[in-house]
Amino acid sequence: MLLALPILLPLLTAIVLHLLPQRSRLLRLVAFAGSLLVLGTAASIFARVQQTGILVLQVGSWPAPFGITLVADLFSALMIAMVSVIGVAVTGSSFAGVDPRREALGYHSLIQVVLMGVAGAFLTGDIFNLYVWFEVLLIGSFVLMSLHRTRAQLRAAFTYVGLNLLASAFLLTAIGLLYGQAGTLNLADLARAWPERRTPGLDAALSMLFLTAFGIKAGLFPLFFWLPASYHTPPAAVGALLAGLLTKVGVYAMIRVFTLLFPDPGASVYRVLLVLSAITMVLGLIGALAQRDFRRVLSFNLVGHIGFTTIGLALWSPAALGGSILYVLHHMLVISTLFLVSGLFLRQRRTTDLNALGGLYRSQPAVACLALIPLFSLAGVPPLSGFVAKVGVITPMLGGGQYLLAAVALCVSLLTVLSMARLWEEAFWKPAPVASSASALHSRLALPILAPIVFLVGLTLALTVFAGPVSTVTMRAAGQLLDRNTYIRAILGEEVPRAAR
Amino acid sequence: MELLLAVVAGVLYAAGLYLMLRRRLAQLIIGLSLLSNGSNILILSAAGVTRAKPPLITEGLPLEQFADPVPQSLILTAIVIGFGVLAFALVLAHRVHQSTGSDDIDTIGPDRA
Repeated sequence: MLLALPILLPLLTAIVLHLLPQRSRLLRLVAFAGSLLVLGTAASIFARVQQTGILVLQVGSWPAPFGITLVADLFSALMIAMVSVIGVAVTGSSFAGVDPRREALGYHSLIQVVLMGVAGAFLTGDIFNLYVWFEVLLIGSFVLMSLHRTRAQLRAAFTYVGLNLLASAFLLTAIGLLYGQAGTLNLADLARAWPERRTPGLDAALSMLFLTAFGIKAGLFPLFFWLPASYHTPPAAVGALLAGLLTKVGVYAMIRVFTLLFPDPGASVYRVLLVLSAITMVLGLIGALAQRDFRRVLSFNLVGHIGFTTIGLALWSPAALGGSILYVLHHMLVISTLFLVSGLFLRQRRTTDLNALGGLYRSQPAVACLALIPLFSLAGVPPLSGFVAKVGVITPMLGGGQYLLAAVALCVSLLTVLSMARLWEEAFWKPAPVASSASALHSRLALPILAPIVFLVGLTLALTVFAGPVSTVTMRAAGQLLDRNTYIRAILGEEVPRAAR
Repeated sequence: MELLLAVVAGVLYAAGLYLMLRRRLAQLIIGLSLLSNGSNILILSAAGVTRAKPPLITEGLPLEQFADPVPQSLILTAIVIGFGVLAFALVLAHRVHQSTGSDDIDTIGPDRA
């Protein structure tokens, strides 16, 4: 029952939000309370998984290969915990004020729907159910993106909708072909039956279809163009939600499906993934350096750093995968924080164009220093969490003799430092442009808009201080991912008949 | 029959992808719906086409006399989801048309740089 709560609670909250009288203060409180409850359940799921190993819930008590299974291993539990943290920060940031038109159109319940879809995707143990959760969170995010009707936002929404639906069609195709051959949809059952079939041609075709579908969602190299084209238009809180969660769902699904279905590290798909990850890192950061808008720089950085999170899967070693999982967690936290920081500029200056920003350090040094922490953490400046995560990804490369790859990753880190330093210099340090009025410069930033940022920055610092224990956990999560038999046994039990065909 | 379905699915994929590469929003939406129908037919044919067999199992009869009910339920789910998404895309396209008077993706306006 515990496992269903991260899905059920946001659903209930969304329904309650629709039924309540539409007074914004009440709605914000209910949404925030719902998110806090999810955080509580996520923490208890994590504690249980730490103690007893993989948790399994057979929905409706249907036995495993036939019904839908919800599974939480350490990787899922970590991701659920991070989702609930970002959910709390995003719903909390609505106390600082939401555009009343958006609020009237169901802003709060849509955020809950996205949170529900993400939690479902992280918990499901059924590949078709994974597709359904993808659609749930996509629909929620589609509507969140297109609640406004400025031209830039409509255009961004269409790019986003079109490419994500294409990805869904690819995913559905892959699932259909897989079912046609394997006759089962349960991931554990597939993991047991599929790799033994030894059909190299179909294996290659299917793995490429999955790579394309998840690659579009994660924002990998040839498929990432929808992301920087769309993430800079919605309000800051929505940007934080989508940037923090959606690409990571793609990365999660890729890691989960590939470790279970394609356990041959020599498969050509992993070489393709390795090259694509490296190109993604380089191109993302070069793109970031060319941009002149705070949120566009962040979007390109988001793309670039996705490369770090998929490279662990491509290298296929416990250490590299553990490093990548740590990187996913760190990146979710930091990129959401930075999108919330962009909300400060929207509030004060009504723009995130770097040409119109500046002077914030002079008027509010504390806020500028606060923003410095996530910026430098993303860049990987020691001793912040980004440094720990980068060490976790790059050390296995050196150990495995992938010197060229390590050099690329280090150069990309250097470019990130450059990009982040420039961002801080332009947005906070340089004198304010003449055009901005004095009143806008000196308006204080209220506590509600700062509180979620302080909360997330505090967690980033916690991730820095407790880097040792956290990386031990991510290493164990990687070990669980690579040890397919434990996963299969946890879900199917010792003695289960093979699926019907 | 399977060959015919395979050809139909292939044609639908090709037509759908071709239409998605065009600049007009209406063509993009038609392309999307062709693509999702193509994948539905693909699921049907990949899972094995059976002729006039019921999916409900009667006790005592060999399993070969019954059709696999799972592909149908998958397709049904996919149709429902595809329908919802298609409706949303149509509304979005309608709003684009209302605010710009055109359904050419390039005339929606330049991206803010």
